[in-house]
Amino acid sequence: MTKRMGIAEALREAIAEEMRRDEKVFCIGEDIGVPGGWGGAFTVTLGLEKEFPDRIIDTPIAELGFFGVSCGAAMMGMRPIVDVQYGDFLFCAIDQIIDNIAKMRYMSGGNICMPLVIRAPIGATGRGSQHAQSMERYFTGVPGLKVTTVSNAYDAKGILKAAVREDNPIMIFEHKLLYGSKGMRAESGAVDATVEIPEDDYVVSLDKAAVRREGSDVTILGWLLMSHFAQEAARRLTDESIDAEVIDVRSLSPIDYETIGTSVRKTGRVIIVEEGPKTGSVGAEIAAGIMERFGEYLLCPISRVASADVPVPFSPLLENLYRPDVPRIVAAVRQVIQDE
Amino acid sequence: MSIQEENNQANTRGQLPYEREFLLSLYERMVTIREFEDGVKFLFLEGIMPGTIHQCQGQEATAVGVCANLRANDFITSTFRGHGHALAKGLTMQEMLDELFGATTGCCKGKGGSMHMGNMQKGMIPGIAIVGGGIPVAAGMALAYKMEKSDRVATCFFGDGAVSEGAFHEGVNMAAIWNLPLVFVCENNLYGASTHISKVMRDTNIARRVASYGIEGRQVDGNDVLAVYEAAKASVRQCRKGAGPAFLELLTYRVTGHSRRDACHYQPKQEREEWAAKNPIERFGKLLKEKGIIDDKGLTTIKTRVLQQFEEAVENAKRAPLPGPQDLTTDVYV
Repeated sequence: MTKRMGIAEALREAIAEEMRRDEKVFCIGEDIGVPGGWGGAFTVTLGLEKEFPDRIIDTPIAELGFFGVSCGAAMMGMRPIVDVQYGDFLFCAIDQIIDNIAKMRYMSGGNICMPLVIRAPIGATGRGSQHAQSMERYFTGVPGLKVTTVSNAYDAKGILKAAVREDNPIMIFEHKLLYGSKGMRAESGAVDATVEIPEDDYVVSLDKAAVRREGSDVTILGWLLMSHFAQEAARRLTDESIDAEVIDVRSLSPIDYETIGTSVRKTGRVIIVEEGPKTGSVGAEIAAGIMERFGEYLLCPISRVASADVPVPFSPLLENLYRPDVPRIVAAVRQVIQDE
Repeated sequence: MSIQEENNQANTRGQLPYEREFLLSLYERMVTIREFEDGVKFLFLEGIMPGTIHQCQGQEATAVGVCANLRANDFITSTFRGHGHALAKGLTMQEMLDELFGATTGCCKGKGGSMHMGNMQKGMIPGIAIVGGGIPVAAGMALAYKMEKSDRVATCFFGDGAVSEGAFHEGVNMAAIWNLPLVFVCENNLYGASTHISKVMRDTNIARRVASYGIEGRQVDGNDVLAVYEAAKASVRQCRKGAGPAFLELLTYRVTGHSRRDACHYQPKQEREEWAAKNPIERFGKLLKEKGIIDDKGLTTIKTRVLQQFEEAVENAKRAPLPGPQDLTTDVYV
């Protein structure tokens, strides 16, 4: 049996099921369980406080503080799911995330487990510069953290469950345009990420990329919203008889070079699509990783489609210029094919 | 009259209301910290030991008086100045010296070092060396104790310098609104690194400040081990019965440098002399002698024993196994 749902709903169901399964699991964050409230900024925890009055913990507006609290609770054997309203606010908490959550195990000589999940919404969505950044890049190079992304509801549920059951700290990035939040919390410009989800319990591996479309001419790598745009670009390219393979990279730390490598060996051409400034991007790391491992299979230089090196602008026109789109991905693919 | 003053009076009149063994264990623990720190300083200055050091000579009574109230599974958080807390919480000189020498037999397998001493079996997470960083973490430990409905108590050591960090405000506030079983222990030694407290606070009474969070803060003579013990005892009891958090400001003084080769030229001579007269170990030794608990010979025996243990531990640490390339990449993930 399956049922169709969006990412926000799938995450909510995953959280509820994991909290029923293990009483050590709890949620902590701002405005996540206020009766009559919103269930977090994007409705993910909506109504959960009714079933779990003591385990949906609303905090003061104090990101540094509640990330530190989560770190301490995790070391004592609890399994917190930490909700940050907007990924941008992770900067307030970054000392606790990088200096304590990521490093405690190593500093203790392997004597500490940090079973902690961080959920962070990202993406440019009409909110200007400080509620819109792509935050993945700031954490992918932090030893001790695992960084992953969810681009559809199936992954959202399975990845969240896998993350809760893992004894390492996991950061899950979610895109605001993919949640499928409803009613007053719906996002304009949202992209449909609903899928059929099995009713039975399942998990999705935290370190595997997913081939979303098979093809032989070029490999397009993306994640979150960009994996959807890449699939749309691939569909359009069929009109030009270009057969693109689309891989949702999903896990950004570690990166699944096995799946990526299989594709690169086949196509010899790589486009990396990323929302966020090109300089210092996750795509730069992936490009270097591909060069080191599969450089001999490349027929042409790796190409990146990313945002300009600017803060996220507000004006819808500028925001659309900032965010990579389907036509730009299509153009980049044409370019690498023509250049040969 | 404050509780502290009453205790002081009780201590100077008649019999001390404690078992002899208990009093001597407090004394020996303080001597252990002092001799460990002095010995480590020598090893560092001689270049025998790697790394850097932040030491706590002069502050022995705070760690010992507080930790004497804690069980092994009552966790503490400490700071970059954590050797005293570690010894007071039951870590051995050997596992700490091995750690300082970067050996795999150290309490953190040589991956923590001086600033990150800890032992999960003994109730101490690795020291958190970002000032104030341990305050929200300790609140999280206490939250876990509350959620598991146990009577465990978390204790958070930090200095007066940490009070200026945002983490202090956020952590203390959350402990207060959630009534967490957490004893905050502010060791006010008057200096954040080299900067005097009067330059960073208009009102330097930290205990009074926490009243604004709805918590009662108490100032205690941090160089009087029995005063610290009694104050912490009341705080721990309050937290165990679910009436936490509690906040202690322990007035003390660092008689050594902030770190490494700091000669403390910023500490006025008169101030140093005044605090030297309040040396917590000498004061307690004097009290024990006055009360007939022990004599000079007995005190010397304790010091000699501690020194001998330290020297043995140093010799072992020098021969302790060092990590190899295979150890670099382990312990990052489970």
